[in-house]
Order: sequence, then structure tokens, then C-alpha cells
Amino acid sequence: MSTTKLFFAGSGGQGIILMGQMVTYAAMYEDYETMYYPSYGPEMRGGTANCTVIVSDKPVSSPLIYDADCVVAMNLPSLLKFESMVKPGGVLLINSSIIDRKATREDIRVLEVPTMEIAKEIGNPRGANMVMLGAAIRATGVVSQEKIEKVMREKAFTGKKAPTIPLNIVAFESFKI
Amino acid sequence: MSEKVLMKGNEAFAEAAIRGGCRFYFGYPITPQSEIPEFMSRELPKRGGTFLQAESELGAINMAYGAGAAGGSVFISSSSPGIALMQEGMSFLCSAEVPLVALNVSRGGPGIGGIQPGQADYNQVTRGGGNGDYKIPVLAPASIQEAVDMLYEAAELARKWQNPIMVFADGIMGQMMEPVILPEQKPFTDASDIRAERPWAITGYGDDDTTKNVVKSLRMQPDDLERHVEYLFEKYDRAEKELVRVETQDIEDADIVLVAFGTVARIAREAIEILAERGIKAGLIRPITLWPFPYDAFDGIGDRTKVVISAELSMGQLMQDVKLGVGKRLPVKLINRTGGMIPTSLELADRAEKIYKEVK
Amino acid sequence: MATPVFEYTKGMHRVDTNFCPGCTHGIAHRLITETLDEMGMLGNAIGVAPIGCSVQAHKFMNVDMCEAAHGRAPAVASGIRRVHPDKLVYTYQGDGDLASIGTAEIVHAAARGEKFTTFFINNCIYGMTGGQMAPTTLIGQKSTTSQDGRTKEQAGNPIRVSELLSTLDGAVYVERVALNTPANIRKAKAAVRRAFEIQRQGLGFTFIEFLSTCPTNWGVTPPDAMKWLTDNMLPYYPLGVYKQPEKQDGEVAK
Repeated sequence: MSTTKLFFAGSGGQGIILMGQMVTYAAMYEDYETMYYPSYGPEMRGGTANCTVIVSDKPVSSPLIYDADCVVAMNLPSLLKFESMVKPGGVLLINSSIIDRKATREDIRVLEVPTMEIAKEIGNPRGANMVMLGAAIRATGVVSQEKIEKVMREKAFTGKKAPTIPLNIVAFESFKI
Repeated sequence: MSEKVLMKGNEAFAEAAIRGGCRFYFGYPITPQSEIPEFMSRELPKRGGTFLQAESELGAINMAYGAGAAGGSVFISSSSPGIALMQEGMSFLCSAEVPLVALNVSRGGPGIGGIQPGQADYNQVTRGGGNGDYKIPVLAPASIQEAVDMLYEAAELARKWQNPIMVFADGIMGQMMEPVILPEQKPFTDASDIRAERPWAITGYGDDDTTKNVVKSLRMQPDDLERHVEYLFEKYDRAEKELVRVETQDIEDADIVLVAFGTVARIAREAIEILAERGIKAGLIRPITLWPFPYDAFDGIGDRTKVVISAELSMGQLMQDVKLGVGKRLPVKLINRTGGMIPTSLELADRAEKIYKEVK
Repeated sequence: MATPVFEYTKGMHRVDTNFCPGCTHGIAHRLITETLDEMGMLGNAIGVAPIGCSVQAHKFMNVDMCEAAHGRAPAVASGIRRVHPDKLVYTYQGDGDLASIGTAEIVHAAARGEKFTTFFINNCIYGMTGGQMAPTTLIGQKSTTSQDGRTKEQAGNPIRVSELLSTLDGAVYVERVALNTPANIRKAKAAVRRAFEIQRQGLGFTFIEFLSTCPTNWGVTPPDAMKWLTDNMLPYYPLGVYKQPEKQDGEVAK
């Protein structure tokens, strides 16, 4: 790998920030150079949220991207706004549970992920974001599942949330590419 | 060596200031740096330090002055309009020679402006936003690790130069997360040891009133004030030579040289790669200190260079210093965004290419 | 050899003050530093004097001191107190400074219950800058910025700072005294002592307002200044204790 740029977008409460930070932690555990940069709307709750994650084997230069290797669109406004950001040959992941629109581009790889249906099916209705995260990680190969599991144990699901880790791993693995 | 940790810029800044020995923090909430007072309110008391939320930035800087004059090692932070309110105190501290570590996580202006990142405080921080003749060394980090290292070092620098030291970061750096290695905690100074360590501090002179101290800035006699200002500037002249820091990249044989600091320097590095793909060789001068400004670095620009470009998040404030550095040798052009807008590396490369074709 | 009946205090440097004839700053200076000396605290005190006639205090008071910008002394003292919680800390502020430009700082310091003492010199006028109207200037009083006398319509009524601060829970001792007669000066000294004792006990913010003179800017002779204070200031600024610790014990109880 040289540099992988990921962009996660959706609305507040969809786990956008969590997904981005988990990839960043995992990249650090892989000993890559990495950077996470969030952008929020002005609302404290329910607003738009997106974040950029860059993983590289050299120091990260610009924190702002216009050419993502991977865009995750968790809601319709994010798809409409950020589809164009995927660079040719890159991958676009669409949360098809709530987005009833298709991607318009043909020079990119598109994965429609019914995150909520899958999450419900595996008995982890709150795990939609982990379903999507798994899809994005496998589509890009940016970090290993082993390091994501380490992030779950050490950062994301600690204390009272620790018992949810097995179910979240199931969610993470559930969307087969 | 310590382990790498992933930290949000603002929290890493605060942690670094504590580890550098800053025991006292006075602050007031302002976006995009409010995580710093939040962090300090949580962390400092646990570690034997003191957090106090001031009634305003005016209150905060004057608390910082009092604690600093009393010999405490003090850290304050704010963002652009808050830093503007603090300028009364900055000028005072410089005159009174009170050390302070200050951090500006800057945003767009003028006025209240916006809350998105900016560099339009350049003149405010490098020219002194307050009254009178004084200077404040300004360190401009381009990564969270560099900011951590600077803030760690800043308390010592402030003490050495008996002057505020400012770290100038933009709002992007405050909000981004990067892995950092945190340095070891330096010990806090006990109140009873301050007098020995800082013999000028107002601590109460104890039994010997011949050692009475006064910390002040008022000098009613013009000859006295002139002598004082000249004395300060002898110090600043030394600081100008000793403190200046710069990073240069391929400026000896570049077609164009970009000048940028902070986050913009990182964007410029990527723009340079894009330009290279287009057959244009671009170099970079990254001032790490904004005052003292690395004017001498511009002498290293080779004969091949056709134009020097100031890339900044303000309306040519940095460019003024770039022009002083370049002199009449080469044209100096501006690529900027302002108001919280930030150019991508692609935009920067496109605009630089256009300028290059015009001057070639 | 004759027995001395009056001596210099160690609390004051042996220099002439440059206050105007008839100004009561000198009395206030002496009361504060003499009290610190009597408490054995001169070397354990830190004073803050902001700009205005007050700013010269460090030339006269034999105490570690710093200057402060106009109005900011309570913030500065809050910072000092954080570094040296075991020292006696005080600010010495005039009325232009404290009651105008420094209202935010004094109100919040009092509200936080800062453990320092503020000595407030109220002489109804800006001194050093040349006799301009202060927030404490009385209705009808002439100043260089109220040349026909202050009016309520134009400038509002004068601020009574002791009353204002005594509404704040953090202010535990607030007293207004006057420096116009020997009897009142003795009461003022007792108030200074009590404020320092309460500060030492760590009970909260302590505040002494000294009704003072400014013959130069009032345009009267020194003796007339004392009479002016008595006739004009006392009716509007009543003397007395506005706030004191509920439970009095030890030295504090009188």
C-alpha cells in the first residue's frame, strides 16, 4: 500500500465518527502513519457528520481529500454529495437499508450494503455500523480484522460495552464481498 | 520510548503542556479549542495542578499574569477573537517579563468571523496585537506530534526568555487525530521552591525585605521607559538569532517555491507531488517560527526558480513576510483561501501551475 | 531619651509618597501595611495595585507587589492565590478601576469566593487621569467629564459597590469605612485586620471600601476635603458592615 483515503458520511448517531476512529486506531496498531479528521454540522444532535481517515506508509500530508479510495454513504444526502469524491477505480459503499437510490458512476466499484437488515438478521440490531465497517475494511484491505478486533477490545467497546464484542465481530464479518 | 497513542489535537496539546511542567491553566470556552479547558478541568486537578475558568479572556490572561508573576508555570489557550481580547495582557506580560505558554487554535475572522480554521491571525500573533514595542515568539506546528513537542518545550523557552511563547495552530489541527508519542512528565515546582528557582517572582519575601520583588510595566519617565524597551529589544535580537526555525524542501533547483506553514504546508507537500506529475518542480519553505521569521532561508532559493508563492488561509498576511525574505529578486504571488475555506492539494497545484505558466 | 509616641512602620518604605496634600491614600497604605506588620505577615503577603494613583503602591508598601492593567487586579490576585495558597494576597484599587473598567473581574472574584482581600479606595472621581467622572461620582458633583455636575439622566446614579458585592455568596466580609476622622481611621484599621484574619481562615472573599478624599480633583483644600467627604459621601455611602461571617470565632469575634 502507499496511501489509502477513506471518507465516512452520514447523520449524527449513525456511528460515523466511531467507524472513522476505529480504522484510525487499527492503522496505528498496524504501525502505519494515519490521520483522522472530523467535520460536523452546527447542530449538537441529529446533524450531518463526516470524517476523513488517511492511512499511509509515509507521513500523512494534506488532511483534506478530494479523491477518496473509499466513500461510505450512510444516508441519501451523503450519497448525493460525496459520490463524486470517489476516485476512478475506488469503492463506494451505500447503506441500502435507507438509501433507495443507485450510484450513477460506472468507473467505480459500488457495494450496496443492507446494514440494518443484516444487523437484525444476526440479532444485533444496533450493529449496522459494524456491518458497514466490515464491508469497507474488506473492500479496501486497509487494515486487518485482527487489528479491528484489538480496537474493539481496547478502545471501542470497553467496560460495560465489552460483552457486545462477540456480536459486533459477527456483525463486522457478516457482509460477504 | 513511550508508546504511540492516538489523540485529538486539542487534547494532545493540553496533555503536552501539562507534561512540559505547566501547572496552572486559566481559560474561557471558545470554539474550536473548548476541548482544552474541558480536558484541563478534568485532568489538571488530578495531577496536582490548578484549573480555573475565567469570566472572560481578559480575566484569563490576567489570572495567567498573576500566576506567572507569582512564579507559577502557566498555560492558556484560546482562539482568534479570544486571543484578541488577551492582547492587553500579552503586551503587559512582555513588558513585565512574565513567562507564559499560550496556544491559539485559530479560526476565520475578522470580527467574530466563523468557527472554521484560518490563519488570518498571522499579523495579530507575529506583529503583536497589543500596544507598544514587544515581540512574542510564535511556533507554528504542522502535525500533532510537532505541536506536542513544541508545547512540551514551551514552558522552558518562556522561562528562558522571560516572555510569553505562543504556539499557533489552526482549527484543523485542534480537531484532527494523529498518533503521538507523549514525552515524560516534567515535575511541577512546589510553591516553596519558587523563590529559589525564579528569584524575581512575587512570592512574599519571607524574612529578608531587602529581597522584595516588584513585577511591573508602568514607567512614567520617558528615559526610563526607553531604556527598558531597548533592553527588551536586545533580548529580542538574541531571540531572533537563536529561535528561528524553518524546514525547506528542494528549493535549490525548483521551478517554483511554495511558502506555507501549519496545515497549509501539509497540503502544499501533496500539491508538490501533483505538480511533479505535471513536470513542474516545486520546492517548499515551511516557517516553523513565524516570529522570528526565517528570512534567511529565502537566500537558499536557486537560480532556476521563476516565482515564489505564499500559500495561506488569509489575505496575504504571510506574503508580506515572504516579500521581505525574497526582496526584489523574484516575483511573489499569493494563493489563498479565507473565511474557513481550505484549498485541497489539487486546487493548490492547479493555481500554482497557472501562476507558473504566467510568469515563465 | 524621650519615649517615642509614634514611629515609622516597617510596612512602609522610608520614602516620601507623591500623593497630593490632603489625599487619604497615604493613610490607607499605612493602615494596611501596619496591620500586616502587626500580624507578622509583611514577608508573607503579596499585593496587587492596578493603574491609577494606586499603581504607585509598590513604591511605598514594603511587600512583594505587582502592577496590574486597569481593572484587572482581582483576576491577577486570583492567579497569585492559586500559586501561593498560604500567603495573604490583596488588591488595592481605586473607584475608576474597580467600579468601572474592572466590574467583571471584581464581581466574579467575589462570586468565586476568592480568598484574597480587596481594598477599595472610593473618592468619587478618577484621580491620576485628571478628575473625570467615576461610576461613584455623586449626582451634582462636577468633574472634568461632567462639568455642570453629574446628572442621573445622562450618567445614571452612582454605584454602591459594597452593597452590590454583599449580595454575592462568595463575599464573606464586606465593610465600608471612612478615612475622614481619627475615630473612623481607627475603625478602618480594625476592619483591615479583620479582613486579613478572615482571609487567613480561608472563609472567602473579603472587601473593605475606604471612603477617601481627592482634594486636587475636587478643587477644595485638604481640610475642606474632609468636610466634603463627611457632608456629601457619608449620606450616599453609609458606613458599616454589609456582610460578615455568620459564625464568628476566635480573633474574628469582636
